[in-house]
Amino acid sequence: MQMSIIWNFPLFTVVLSLFSGVLCMMLPARSARNYTIAYESVLIVMVSCVLGYAINTGKAFTYPMGEFPAPWGNEIRAGVLEALIALLFLIVLMCSILAGYHFLCKDIDESKQNLYFSLLNLMTAALMAMAWTNDIFTGYVFLEILTLTSCGILIVREIGRTTLAAVRYMIMNLVGSGLFLLGVVLLYDISGHLLMVPMRESLASVAADPSSIPALSLSIGILTIGLGIKSGMFPFHFWMPDTYGWATPTSGSVLSSLVSKAYLFLLFKIYIRTIGVDVLRQTPILKILFILGICGMVIGSVSAMRASTINQMVAFSSAAQIGYIYMGIGLGTFAGFNAALFQIFAHAATKSLLFLTTPYLAEVSGDSLKFHELQGSGRRDTLAGFFFTVGSLSMIGIPIFAGFASKLIFGQAAIMTTQPYKILLVMIALAVSSLLNALYFIRTLIRIYSDSGDTSKPSPKQAIRFDRGRAGYILAGIILTTGNIFLGMFSWVISDMIYRGLGMFL
Amino acid sequence: MIRHLLANYEEAAAIILFAVGFSTLLFHRNLIKKLIGMNIMDTGTFLLLASMGYIRGRKAPIIENGVQEVSAYINPVPAGLVLTGIVVSVSVTAVMLSLSVRLYKRYHTLDLDDIYNLSKHEKEDR
Repeated sequence: MQMSIIWNFPLFTVVLSLFSGVLCMMLPARSARNYTIAYESVLIVMVSCVLGYAINTGKAFTYPMGEFPAPWGNEIRAGVLEALIALLFLIVLMCSILAGYHFLCKDIDESKQNLYFSLLNLMTAALMAMAWTNDIFTGYVFLEILTLTSCGILIVREIGRTTLAAVRYMIMNLVGSGLFLLGVVLLYDISGHLLMVPMRESLASVAADPSSIPALSLSIGILTIGLGIKSGMFPFHFWMPDTYGWATPTSGSVLSSLVSKAYLFLLFKIYIRTIGVDVLRQTPILKILFILGICGMVIGSVSAMRASTINQMVAFSSAAQIGYIYMGIGLGTFAGFNAALFQIFAHAATKSLLFLTTPYLAEVSGDSLKFHELQGSGRRDTLAGFFFTVGSLSMIGIPIFAGFASKLIFGQAAIMTTQPYKILLVMIALAVSSLLNALYFIRTLIRIYSDSGDTSKPSPKQAIRFDRGRAGYILAGIILTTGNIFLGMFSWVISDMIYRGLGMFL
Repeated sequence: MIRHLLANYEEAAAIILFAVGFSTLLFHRNLIKKLIGMNIMDTGTFLLLASMGYIRGRKAPIIENGVQEVSAYINPVPAGLVLTGIVVSVSVTAVMLSLSVRLYKRYHTLDLDDIYNLSKHEKEDR
């Protein structure tokens, strides 16, 4: 195949992000922010070119690093799915920076703000590398960089609860990384390869001998638990409320919408490209993930109902949404994988909007995230109230929003399995989870729109004001709301692209 | 079973080290001991990789005396992976130590349960 300039773009996104990370350390705070927005825009253009190229040619391309061919060299690979995920990461990251900057200025000393952008840029490098990599060990290295930068953007808010949350987050992530590394080493031991395609071919021949299945199951299981802990799979989700709840809003949005999704996307790559679905189906792992996913959907929602602050509620709701993704993987079919990948998009668009909105509701409620203080906050800040309503309706699964399309695709995927017990379990889980979502989100909506009767708080008239500091938030809110409605009304566009990407994975 | 374990004693030792480190990291309340556990766990993985990469009687893959047969040398990739893993492990340890210092300065203890109880009584906005 003729090599195009576009073939270099995936590598450029990683290298440019690493370079920007170093550069931002030397820039003043405001310049670092403006530079980050400018270069993220360049990355969005590059990734869009890669996506367009992959759609037009109908093929993924592989970029050999240093021109050493497989199986010796390291590789980057770009297809429709990788480009789509990279684009999602960049757009949500950009929206998080725009909307969260107002609070960033409050939470972080100005002399350290450039370091925050430096960390965000290094995180972008890790996110891009995890989207593009075709080598499982490279995946591990950038997974660790993602862990370190995630911890960094968490602790920049120098309060005790954030530091404690960061330590707990790091400990759980280190446990996850340790297990992931052990899983990678065992798979390397069995297959003799680290590149994804040669490893899949080798594992397929190993799996032909039934006596090797226990060893394979153990290796894949260890690796899955590692990524499960890092992405917040039930029952390893208990670190989420503190981590997402106490971070500065940009960090909360990035951690919940992007970081956990990057781990999940790496899991998809490992399952489909490295291990192979046929080998995976011979192990009990998919069945276990299916059950854990369903448990997560219900227990995450129950925990959200018992939360005492709005951020805790949204964080526990994330645990439930991650459960949807694991349930989709557990279905073990391409329709299930498609549903799970669509859920990544729907959840990223919705959860970032919610995490970026709750601080604005708190701002007009005496800086408190407690439910009783938030009474009437949607009337005091009408825009934040509107964006929270959009996010909530999407989470409940009201038609025209992304959440509805996602639930519909999960239902269709379950029916396509033609296994009665799976269809029944998925339908019950979807119904129960939607009902619980409706209970706690509608309760919150009623609360933020009911009259507080407190004269000390700003009146609704004051809330409509438009000041320059909110321009970024309004723009990000409009982008995420439009994305949410697009995913809800034109779900087939993204679903079709995901199917194409999955086809290119093989 | 015992025969297999004895034949592969390096791998068995690596897994025992991993288990010791893993349980220390997960269950110990003291932050520094957790960190030591993490390093033991990583060392277990590195030992597993190193034992996989070592084949008795073969040399490091640097051509010596014109011997070019692949069978004369070991695979250099596991050693490369161990080195990369060590770099990652050191970086993570440094970050965790700095976090521990920050927590100790604020709460004057390294016991995570005590820190959690102390932090619950702090009044913090948003």
